[in-house]
Amino acid sequence: MAKFRGAVVVDKEKCKGCNLCVVACPTKTLDLAKEVNGKGYHYSEMVNPEACIGCASCALVCPDSVITVYKMNVE
Amino acid sequence: MSVELKDIIKEENIVYKKTPVLTDNVMHYCPGCSHGVVHKIIAEVIEEMGIQDKTIGVSPVGCSVLAYNYLDIDWAEAAHGRAPAVATGISRIHRDRYVFTYQGDGDLASIGCGEIMHACSRGENIVVIFINNAIYGMTGGQMAPTTLLGQVTATTPYGRDAKLNGFPMKLTELLAQLDGTCYVTRQSVHTPANVRKAKAAIRKAFENTRKDKGTSFVEIVGTCNSGWKMSPVDANKWMVENMFPKYQLGDIKDI
Repeated sequence: MAKFRGAVVVDKEKCKGCNLCVVACPTKTLDLAKEVNGKGYHYSEMVNPEACIGCASCALVCPDSVITVYKMNVE
Repeated sequence: MSVELKDIIKEENIVYKKTPVLTDNVMHYCPGCSHGVVHKIIAEVIEEMGIQDKTIGVSPVGCSVLAYNYLDIDWAEAAHGRAPAVATGISRIHRDRYVFTYQGDGDLASIGCGEIMHACSRGENIVVIFINNAIYGMTGGQMAPTTLLGQVTATTPYGRDAKLNGFPMKLTELLAQLDGTCYVTRQSVHTPANVRKAKAAIRKAFENTRKDKGTSFVEIVGTCNSGWKMSPVDANKWMVENMFPKYQLGDIKDI
């Protein structure tokens, strides 16, 4: 079991669904939602929350800075 | 052991969040545009160095003309290509300020080619951030001086032809020849590792301003997925395959 668990919170309304965070994620935690936000973009969301390790790769490549990353030790 | 998401999503567990130097305005850039990432890393460097009230940006003409809406620092708006000249004036009067220009390839390499040459030649104590996406993004994807040979744009529908349109310009290598520049580097922001490297380069450039070393020039090879008519992910792949062989990443000059 992973030593660290992470969580990603995406600001749905500001996300433009560019998909860069999904590609950057090493654990395939993120994917684009089937639903759309107010602007019609398929926003990014956690589809596999258990896999997240809180590495913040998604937040680093996010052009719109809509991602906040949390990480905690669950030993 | 099961850990609920609500246990993880707590204030004390935050490892990454938007820097307060960035405003809450939604950026007008297209989805996946490199400008957003570069704005973010500049804002993070400003926050880490604690120089928010001492930094003055000079924004160009191009997509990033509205950069002053997104970074919560002092800004001046320059005429097309003239950002280095405006930054020269500001930095000579305010010696204790961190002055940087933020320019695209159409602004810096084409229209403002003379200004950047002479600002670097004089060794003005400024930072120049140069976003090279090989195209005029704002006006609809016309050929820029940095457009690759064979690249299809609105004004080169059959691909750029060296006989007709000339060769792509490696301005960063040219500027490294000038004695006024202290740090010349080329970076990109398409992967998390590259974002970190680009951020370190921008940090170093601002440190050079603090040391009064001369002009620091940071080129960021970026994508214009709308102008290239690709998805953001495909644009990154295209950039790696086509742009990087011509525009090699790495430090070109560091003294």
